[in-house]
Amino acid sequence: MSISKILLKLTVNGIARQIYVHPMARLLDVIREDFGLTGTKEGCGEGECGACSVILDGMLVNACLVPAVQAQGSTLRTVESLAGVDLSPLQEAFLHHGGAQCGFCTPGMLVAGTHLLETNAVQDEAGAREGLAGNLCRCTGYVKIVDALLATREGRP
Amino acid sequence: MRGQPSLCDVLAPLNLDEALALRAAHPEARPLAGGTDLMVPFAAGRLPDRLFLNLWGLEELRGITVSDGEVTFGALTLFREIAAHPLFQREFPNLVRSAKATGALAIQSRGSLGGNIANGSPAADTPPSLLVYGAELELTSLRGSRWVPYADFHTGYKRSLLAPDELITRIRVPRPRAGGFHYFRKVGTRQAQAISKVSLAAWARTGNGHIQELRIALGSVAPMPIRARGAEKALLGRSGASLPLDAALEALQADISPIDDLRSSARFRRKVAGNLLADMLRGLALV
Ligand SMILES: Cc1cc2nc3c(=O)[nH]c(=O)nc-3n(C[C@H](O)[C@H](O)[C@H](O)COP(=O)(O)OP(=O)(O)OC[C@H]3O[C@@H](n4cnc5c(N)ncnc54)[C@H](O)[C@@H]3O)c2cc1C
Ligand code: FES
Ligand code: FES
Repeated sequence: MSISKILLKLTVNGIARQIYVHPMARLLDVIREDFGLTGTKEGCGEGECGACSVILDGMLVNACLVPAVQAQGSTLRTVESLAGVDLSPLQEAFLHHGGAQCGFCTPGMLVAGTHLLETNAVQDEAGAREGLAGNLCRCTGYVKIVDALLATREGRP
Repeated sequence: MRGQPSLCDVLAPLNLDEALALRAAHPEARPLAGGTDLMVPFAAGRLPDRLFLNLWGLEELRGITVSDGEVTFGALTLFREIAAHPLFQREFPNLVRSAKATGALAIQSRGSLGGNIANGSPAADTPPSLLVYGAELELTSLRGSRWVPYADFHTGYKRSLLAPDELITRIRVPRPRAGGFHYFRKVGTRQAQAISKVSLAAWARTGNGHIQELRIALGSVAPMPIRARGAEKALLGRSGASLPLDAALEALQADISPIDDLRSSARFRRKVAGNLLADMLRGLALV
C-alpha cells in the first residue's frame, strides 16, 4: 500500500508554513527535519524527558508524542521563537543563574518555563518544581533552573 | 525512531457521524485520541496498527456538562481540564488528584479521559476514582448509543465491552452529596510521570458515626482496575470508632490478585495495598 502524504498547514513561530508530510510522522521530526528547527531536541522519544517540549495552540506538549495530522491548522512555537534581537528574560536568567550545563535539556526547560510564566502557573518553588516535573535534567540538579524561573517571575536578576 | 509513518495512514473524520461510519467500515483502524499511550509503542516500532482513526478534532467528544444530578465528560476531556475545574476540586477531589497524578503537564495537556479508560491498563490512574464515583460510559456506534456501568466495562486484561464498531463517547458521573469522605493515593517510583505500582481510591458517606456507603477501588493489583467488594462489605455499616481493620485487610487480600512485573512484585503490591487501605481507614475514622 502506498500512503500519500498530507498537506500540513500551520503557523510556526509566527510564520505560515505548509509542507507535505506523512500523517503519522512525529511533529518532532517535522520540526527538526522538515523545518530545520533543531533547537527542539529528542531525548527519550517517549514523553518522559521533555527535551522536545513545544507550545502547540497555547498548550505545552511533547512534540515526540504528537502525530503530524493532529497539528493541522495549529499555531506552533518552538524554542527558536523565544529570543528576539535580545535573549528573553528567562534565557538571561538561565545564563545568570547557571541553569544550563551540558545544555541538552535547556531548550525544553526554556519552552516549558516560558509556558509556565505566560500562564501564570507558578507561584512558588513547589509550583515551579511541579510545573517542570516533565522536564528531566541530568546535570544541574534543578536548583539553578528553578532559581532562574522564580527570578524571572519576580522580575529580579 | 523505529516506527514507520510512511506505512501508516490516518482516517480523519470531520464530525462524529463520519467517525462512526469510518469505524464501522474500518474496524481495524485504531482510534487515536491524544496519542500519549499510542505514540510510545508506535515510535518504538512495537505497534502493529497501520491504519488510524483520528478523533482529536471531534468537537462532539469535547466539553464538560454539569447538571443538577451529574457531570458528563466528553471522551476527549483532557486531564488538564479536569484538574483546572473549580467544581471538581470540591465534589470529585479524587478525580482531580488522579488527573494531576497522570504524567506531567505536557501529558495532561494531551491525555484524555476516554483514552485512559479505553487503553485498558490496570495501572491507569483515573479508573479507580471513576469506579468509586459510580461512573457510566456511553458507547456509541452507527447502531446507536448505550450506557454501561463503568464497573462492568473491563472484562479482563485489555479486554472490554467495547464492540469493534463502537467508540467511547461520554463518561457520566453522579454528583456525590456534600460531606462525603474522599481518598486517593498513588504509589509509584516518583511523583510525576511514574506509572503506579499500586493506587487506591475510596469514597464514603457516614451518618450517626457509621459507614452508610463505601466504595473502594484499586489500580495495578489485578488484570484491570477493580472494586474491592470484599473489603467494602467488611466495613459497611460499621462504626467509625471501631473499624474492623484486620477483617478488612484480610478481605482486601482476597479481592486483589497482583502479579510480579517490571515495575514491582506481587508481594510488594499486596503489602502496599494493605497499607493504603489502613491509611484510608485512619482518615475515615476521623470523620
Ligand atoms: C510520559 C507518560 C506518562 C504517563 N503517565 C501516566 C500516569 O501517570 N497515569 C496514567 O494513568 N497514564 C499515564 N500515561 C498514559 C496516558 O497518558 C493516559 O493513559 C492517557 O489517558 C491516554 O489518553 P490519550 O488520549 O492520549 O489516548 P491515546 O493514546 O490516543 O489512545 C489510547 C487507547 O485508547 C483508545 N481510545 C482512545 N480514545 C478512545 C475512544 N473515545 N473510544 C474508543 N477507544 C479510544 C485508542 O485506540 C488506544 O488504544 C502516561 C503516558 C506517558 C507518555
Ligand atoms: S523526547 Fe519527547 S519527551 Fe523525551
Ligand atoms: S544541563 Fe545537561 S541535561 Fe540539563
